[in-house]
Amino acid sequence: MDKIKNNKIFQWLHERYNLEPILEFVEHKQVPMHKHSIWYYTGGITLFLFIIQVCTGILLLFYYQPGVDSSYESVRFLMTKVNFGWLIRSIHSWSANLMVFFAFIHMFSVFFSEAFKKPRELTWVSGFLMLLLAMGFGFSGYLLPWNELAFFATKVGTDIVGDVPVVGELIKQLLRGGPDVTGSTIYRFYAIHVSILPLIFLVVLGLHLLFIQRQGMHEPEFYESLPPEEKHSIPFFPNFFLRDLLFWLLILDVLLFLAVFFPWELGIKADLFSSAPAGIRPEWYFMFMFQSLKMIPAKVLGIEGEILGIVFFGILGLLWLTVPFWETVIAGKKRPWLMKVIGLLAIIYMIALTIIGYLV
Amino acid sequence: MSVKRRKFLDYILSLGFTGLVGSIIYPALSYLKPPKQAEAAVNSVKAGKVNEIPVNSGKIVRFGRKPVILIRTSTDEFIAFTATCTHLGCIVQYREDKQQIWCACHNGLFDLKGRNISGPPPRPLDPFLVQIIDDEIIIAKPKRMS
Ligand code: HEM
Ligand code: FES
Repeated sequence: MDKIKNNKIFQWLHERYNLEPILEFVEHKQVPMHKHSIWYYTGGITLFLFIIQVCTGILLLFYYQPGVDSSYESVRFLMTKVNFGWLIRSIHSWSANLMVFFAFIHMFSVFFSEAFKKPRELTWVSGFLMLLLAMGFGFSGYLLPWNELAFFATKVGTDIVGDVPVVGELIKQLLRGGPDVTGSTIYRFYAIHVSILPLIFLVVLGLHLLFIQRQGMHEPEFYESLPPEEKHSIPFFPNFFLRDLLFWLLILDVLLFLAVFFPWELGIKADLFSSAPAGIRPEWYFMFMFQSLKMIPAKVLGIEGEILGIVFFGILGLLWLTVPFWETVIAGKKRPWLMKVIGLLAIIYMIALTIIGYLV
Repeated sequence: MSVKRRKFLDYILSLGFTGLVGSIIYPALSYLKPPKQAEAAVNSVKAGKVNEIPVNSGKIVRFGRKPVILIRTSTDEFIAFTATCTHLGCIVQYREDKQQIWCACHNGLFDLKGRNISGPPPRPLDPFLVQIIDDEIIIAKPKRMS
């Protein structure tokens, strides 16, 4: 830190703008060091993967041309003719999956360490919103190469949206740009993927980081109750940040390994008038919901099964979003184990249905 | 300024503001809603010559903007249905081995009358009429649909 303060440019700026408040803001955060500190890195890794998405996404924009007659062709051109085109696309696709994966890990680590509790309710809410946005990125990006698998997955996915009571049909039309998945759908998903979602995501991300910087890191209970001399913590900036960077480097290696040795495939071009091939499935992070919908009978007590399933997941999502607000009512100090059980059940359910989805 | 007057002004201002927001959001939302395109009034399409389709096979035919599945059964009959699965809208295909109509998306099965016989599809496929005129296969909308 002192090195920065002695820096000529810093002093030049400081003389004119008084950087004291900024320094204070950056310096005050401490990161507690204990046996579970490793989980503190998961958020940073997710952030890093998002940065990769923005960079590779912008590179893809230079060649990608949305449209029924150009989407697939432009991606194929990118992959076969453009220098490193295959690599950029492969990184974008792999990093998208890793980003969602780490967002899940990060979320559950926060859940089990109970970092969502007062005063960090809004950090939780903004974090979960970002996970939903990331899934939106994945869903909208999946269609863009306009290959057969993506075409039918999008047909099915948007059809499910159409089953949402009251507003479903309207949203489905808004997403598809008409009654069916066609070229209009590509334009809409493109606009959503490269401009609407990034803008919203950046705002929510900004808030999320602001909250964290303002409130400092959460200290788990066992750490909080230690006598002060046994508490060990390091400054976030620069000490923890440098460790973050080390993890980022590690993740970058993993990412490059996957992107190079398992290059993302393009598949065959979507055809509006050909039968669906076998093996249509959504991306893995939608699988547990998708499989549940499949397993609900067509009619339950006279209500269409799909609708019931959608309402069910809608309510679950809302409950998950508002965890910090009802946790105190049903669990709190009286039943500290209850939230752990709920979290475990959620994980077991998601993993089990995902596995079933891939097996059948 | 009296409290009453201030409240009144607040009220008028928020009303005006709501109106402003509404008058921006409404056209924006309407803009996003895709315009209804006149469905080209297709009542029948030609699906090729009889000898182009082998016995016990099927193919997808364009019917206006919708796909239709045309099947030549093993008993040498021509039948046709909408090819859009009644479950979640994938396009179905003819399975020669089962002599049934199959949807690969979630394993839905329909018999050769279009009835949903297994898997998730909730409704049968709508039938189309098939006529052979001078060796030419013509698919037409059934009377009650048009
Ligand atoms: C500013 C940010 C972003 C931009 C400008 C961008 C841009 C693009 C473009 C142009 C494509 C089409 C090219 C292609 O399919 O290879 C694409 C595909 C895709 N994007 Fe993004 N993207 C961004 C962020 C993200 C994020 C955050 C995620 C996920 C969490 C994501 C997930 C995907 C996926 C899954 C695909 C499909 C990949 C494929 O199969 O080719 N994108 N993106
Ligand atoms: S879309 Fe045909 S079975 Fe689901």
